[in-house]
Amino acid sequence: MSLLKLTVNSRAVEIDVPQSRYLAEVLREDLGLTGTKIGCGEAECGICTVLVDGTPVLSCVYPAFKAQGARVETIEGLSPDGELHPLQQAFLDHGAVQCGICTPGLIMTSKGLIDGCRSDGKAVTADDIRVALKDSYCRCTGYQSVTRAILQASGQGSPAEFPESRSETTVIGKPVPNKQARAKVTGAARYTDDYVFPGMLVARTKRAGVPHARIRSIDVGAARDLPGVHAVLTHAEIPGRNLHGLVVADWPVLCADKVRYCGDAVAIVAADSEEIAARALDLIQVDYEELPVVSDAIKASRPDSPRVHEGHGDGNLLKHIRVDKGDIEAGFAQAHVVVDQTYRTPATEHLFLEPECSIGVPAGYSPDQFGGALDPDAVRGETARHDKTTIYVGSQIPYQDRDQTASAMGVEPDKVRVVATLMGGGFGGKEDIMGQIHAALLAEETGRPVKMRYSRRESLLVHPKRHATVIRIRSGADREGRLTAVQATLYGDAGAYASLSEKVLTRATTHAAGPYAVPNVKVDCFAMYTNNAPSGAFRGFGVTQSCFAVESNMDMLAEQLDMDPVEFRRRNALEVGSVTSTGQVMRESVGLKECIDKVNGDIREGEFRWSWQEGSRRFAWGLGLAYKNTGLGGGAPDRASAVVELKLGAGENSVAEVRTSSAEMGQGLPAVLAACAAEELGLPYESVMVLLGDTDYCPDGGPTTASRQTFVSGNAARLAARELAGQLKDKAAQELDCSADGIVLVGGQAQAGNKSGDKAVSLAKLIQDYGQSAFQVRHDYHAPETRPLGSGGDMHFAFGFCAQAALCEVNMDSGEVKVHKVVAAHDVGRAINPLTLAGQIEGGIVMCLGYALTEHYIQEQGRPWTSVMARYKMPSITHAPAITSHIVEHPASTGPYGAKGVGELSSIPTAAAITNAIYRATGVRVRSLPVDQDQLLQAMHDGASEVELAWGDLDPIPKVNMGAVKLGEMT
Amino acid sequence: MINGWNHYHTPDSVEQAVALLERYGGQARVVGGGTDLLVEIRRGLRKPIEALIDASRIAGLDQVTRDGDYIVIGCGVTHTQIIRNPDIIRCGTCLSESCGVIGGPQVRNSGTLAGNVAHALPAGDGTIGLLALGGEIEVAGPSGRRWMPMQDSFKGPGRSFIDRHREVLTRLRFKATGAGEGSAHHRVMRPQGLCLPIISMGVRLKLDDRGRVQAVRISMGPVGPVPFVAEEAMASLEGKAATEEHFKQAAEVALSSVTLRASKYRASHEYRARMVRSYLPEILARAARRAVDTRDPGP
Ligand SMILES: Cc1cc2nc3c(=O)[nH]c(=O)nc-3n(C[C@H](O)[C@H](O)[C@H](O)COP(=O)(O)OP(=O)(O)OC[C@H]3O[C@@H](n4cnc5c(N)ncnc54)[C@H](O)[C@@H]3O)c2cc1C
Ligand code: FES
Ligand code: FES
Repeated sequence: MSLLKLTVNSRAVEIDVPQSRYLAEVLREDLGLTGTKIGCGEAECGICTVLVDGTPVLSCVYPAFKAQGARVETIEGLSPDGELHPLQQAFLDHGAVQCGICTPGLIMTSKGLIDGCRSDGKAVTADDIRVALKDSYCRCTGYQSVTRAILQASGQGSPAEFPESRSETTVIGKPVPNKQARAKVTGAARYTDDYVFPGMLVARTKRAGVPHARIRSIDVGAARDLPGVHAVLTHAEIPGRNLHGLVVADWPVLCADKVRYCGDAVAIVAADSEEIAARALDLIQVDYEELPVVSDAIKASRPDSPRVHEGHGDGNLLKHIRVDKGDIEAGFAQAHVVVDQTYRTPATEHLFLEPECSIGVPAGYSPDQFGGALDPDAVRGETARHDKTTIYVGSQIPYQDRDQTASAMGVEPDKVRVVATLMGGGFGGKEDIMGQIHAALLAEETGRPVKMRYSRRESLLVHPKRHATVIRIRSGADREGRLTAVQATLYGDAGAYASLSEKVLTRATTHAAGPYAVPNVKVDCFAMYTNNAPSGAFRGFGVTQSCFAVESNMDMLAEQLDMDPVEFRRRNALEVGSVTSTGQVMRESVGLKECIDKVNGDIREGEFRWSWQEGSRRFAWGLGLAYKNTGLGGGAPDRASAVVELKLGAGENSVAEVRTSSAEMGQGLPAVLAACAAEELGLPYESVMVLLGDTDYCPDGGPTTASRQTFVSGNAARLAARELAGQLKDKAAQELDCSADGIVLVGGQAQAGNKSGDKAVSLAKLIQDYGQSAFQVRHDYHAPETRPLGSGGDMHFAFGFCAQAALCEVNMDSGEVKVHKVVAAHDVGRAINPLTLAGQIEGGIVMCLGYALTEHYIQEQGRPWTSVMARYKMPSITHAPAITSHIVEHPASTGPYGAKGVGELSSIPTAAAITNAIYRATGVRVRSLPVDQDQLLQAMHDGASEVELAWGDLDPIPKVNMGAVKLGEMT
Repeated sequence: MINGWNHYHTPDSVEQAVALLERYGGQARVVGGGTDLLVEIRRGLRKPIEALIDASRIAGLDQVTRDGDYIVIGCGVTHTQIIRNPDIIRCGTCLSESCGVIGGPQVRNSGTLAGNVAHALPAGDGTIGLLALGGEIEVAGPSGRRWMPMQDSFKGPGRSFIDRHREVLTRLRFKATGAGEGSAHHRVMRPQGLCLPIISMGVRLKLDDRGRVQAVRISMGPVGPVPFVAEEAMASLEGKAATEEHFKQAAEVALSSVTLRASKYRASHEYRARMVRSYLPEILARAARRAVDTRDPGP
């Protein structure tokens, strides 16, 4: 231990710490300044940035003693007296905060920039911002709002702009910052890893490290004997069911006889420190008999392939999904042109910047035992007791976590409580069980709180990815440019466990004809088990994959027909009255043509050219269209419940609280729920609080997936609030001696009419008269019924639509691709909050740009090459294009105020828009993602018309037979 | 967190630093900004070490100075300091360009040029920039201090003749470009995978009054196990007029004198060759333009 002297946020600090500490550890652990976040611990992501003597540095790799005597500034120092720093305010104003995990780092980096420019006497430019933020990643925002915010904070007023939407009502349609945004810009927001419980142990997991092997023996004796180790558990110690899974329970909590991918868990350890836990892992001996590896979906489908799950009936076939409409042969017979192509899409990684973290707290835990007090932030007053096993976790599906944990523990679900903490990004990657069950088991075993935090490397290794696919698609159109038939065969790499593969690939299948009215459709999709990391949900949910194939084919058809690609799409676009591939009649809310027209009108403004050349650089526009269901659909009951309660807040004002157990990943759900309740209750937005995801206090909101929360939970909140408003009106009517019908709720008052002089009673008074808990309504919302695939009818209750055009540049000397601009139009039904909506759209577009150009989770024979963050690049600010976003509002009659979901839509067609632009610029069709500049240049050089290998691909795309895999062969 | 060292020293003189290294008898290692070393430690690629000796706080070695014709860079000087230094921008342009592409600002704010050179990667950007300028380094160890050509310190990828457990790279220097001289750097990256250049190239070039190449140095990496000086291409250019055609020929000579590698998930060997063909002439031309500018200072 040595004395470290620092000035932290203007306060002199002297502490005795080991010389081996990093600055981030001193700040977070020794000084409790948890505003500084850790995303990777390896100098890649930038979210740990703090200022040392005014200079931005990465605190995760900065030795604390290197800062000896220095001035350190962290996010907590920016608003010492509670007043926000201009940067913090600007981030709020521009919606530059979504999940917020990157926000402190972005703000500190920007502060370094602004202070530096100020002392040099120059103004901050957008270029300066791109340079300064080059290695400061944000997975959510797409960087547009961030840039605007920094410009504003540097004194260059660029007021927040929002795409035009319908006229404002009171609260609906107003751009307001999301609920926890303020806490996120000040560093006060707490994510799971920011909580500390007295007596807490550190947990770690022993991973398989081999892709496919039989377990001969597991020896944990030496690990158990290591001083400082409190528990080592294997499959033998699991009290309940040793399986979990969201659709099929096929995923062992701890592997017993076999491991099926490198990330499989074999044993778990709880110890006094990270160091001891790591040593314990090294002492665990597992003897494996390695088995041949099933390395991709097509190999998995061969009759002689090794089996991933021996007990499974259909070989490696997890699910065969089909869509059949009309007569496919007749359809192609009518076609004048036919395009038949095979595409490949990569596995990709969510790279939410907060790695997974769960804290398990045992039933009956009392902090006094360990001589400490409870973290007041971790628990709201009434929830402080830990009378049952409690898990703190940032999860997309708290109720499923609860049920799956209870099942592994062999107890009833109500013996487990899940408290959802803030989530530093999810994007579908936090739906499956990660450390939740393990943390709970270790907590109960040791009688202590246990923190299971994944390193970035572990996160990369373990959680489900986006499905890699190979898609053969054949599309035909007649002379007039009308689609006559689409036939497709998809192979999806489900990885080692089922996760949500069936659902995801169903979406890929049902959307495989694109947002078009096609009379004859036949699609076969094979979800195959392999020894790769499991595949699961990822924003776009399968549609991102098939969209790339569909929209590539659409451009090729247009070219063969010698038609304008916009006109060709417009002619086939879904509209009210069209029938989808699954036989659903579109009865309302189809704004696709308006989206096309908005984008087309925008790009053709002024002097328009599809492509041109400047020196050795070629520029071109490309187009992509998409649609995406809202809600689970396919006959699955889609429910959400919400409670809205009116209470007395500070200063005797009435405030409302919305409670539902759904997840906020930064997408802005609390803002939507609050707006719905505020609208119905006539309260200001600020007077509505939102409590999400505590399974003991919030009713089930269902999974946060399928762009469903605005629609389903939004409706639950709206209808609960409406019922509550009715009760309030009844009571007010008695009080005011008038009829309830005429009563208007406005500004915390119930008024006898809508004129200002009308008699009124304050809601606060009603609460005082009737008692605190008198006004509480729960609404169980059931979304409109849907039909299973194959039965015709409504497979989904609503769809969102969009059109995007990308302006790309290809450097003919290097093959490098740059996206300059994206023009987008999204039909969202109704823009409830334009601020958070703009963020979803911009962030989604940039995420899909990464799909096209930068991202590939590479696995070689089941072993991830992508083992560290340095090997996986998501788009940085230097890749982010300018984005013009148009909002189209074709209301869904059953949606809240007409809204449909948008969470995924924006991140579906961008990749195809980009590769279509590349084709127009170079004459080279890209058939695999992400685009490889090396291959592209080679193709241009050879005069080839297509590129088959993406970055990270070693083998050509395998040949796909339409409708192959005969089940007979498999069993 | 498992951090990988027990003691952290920030000596303020070279003597102290060397003495500390000696005291730990090979169990200590020199660290600069730590942006290579500590990242490797954090990724578990290195065994824990007893002590880190931080060479970035040594008095006087945290700045850029002039010593006659030489621009001298202390081992504590960060990439940020280099790219902001007016003397280097003017008289060592390719070094400021090459240090400017390293990492993001946070990495440049703590990463040092000395660390980049001592790390001895075949294509460290700062290294390629300094190599084109004809950089020299001063190494201090138990037997005193000595200057040597930087090129002589490279043993293999990541391997240096500087014993980083016993010696300190204390200073780096190069002769400032003068009248009729210019330099330039360029690298080609890809947006995926590891942040390592596909090819990084630097040029220092002197023109005579008639626009002929009087002297030229070309550095490249990754070409082989250590940073590469394209001697044959340099020789082929000397005395020739600074024209596009000659620059293109020089690129061909450079290509014929090396075996470019293919590296998985980074570049094919053909791609690397194309990049040399596309960009080496461009860099030579840029350096030549700068040489013209310094020969005929504007009004
Ligand atoms: C995100 C990121 C991006 C990067 N991008 C690039 C890039 O684009 N191009 C590039 O070239 N590099 C890049 N780097 C690598 C690194 O930042 C540079 O190589 C940097 O210059 C290393 O300097 P340092 O002071 O941090 O070295 P350190 O990590 O401190 O040391 C590196 C090595 O040199 C030794 N050493 C350091 N100083 C001395 C000394 N004075 N005497 C003797 N031995 C010494 C150390 O023992 C160690 O072996 C990147 C790093 C990161 C984290
Ligand atoms: S760069 Fe420090 S946590 Fe990622
Ligand atoms: S808001 Fe930037 S990572 Fe989520």
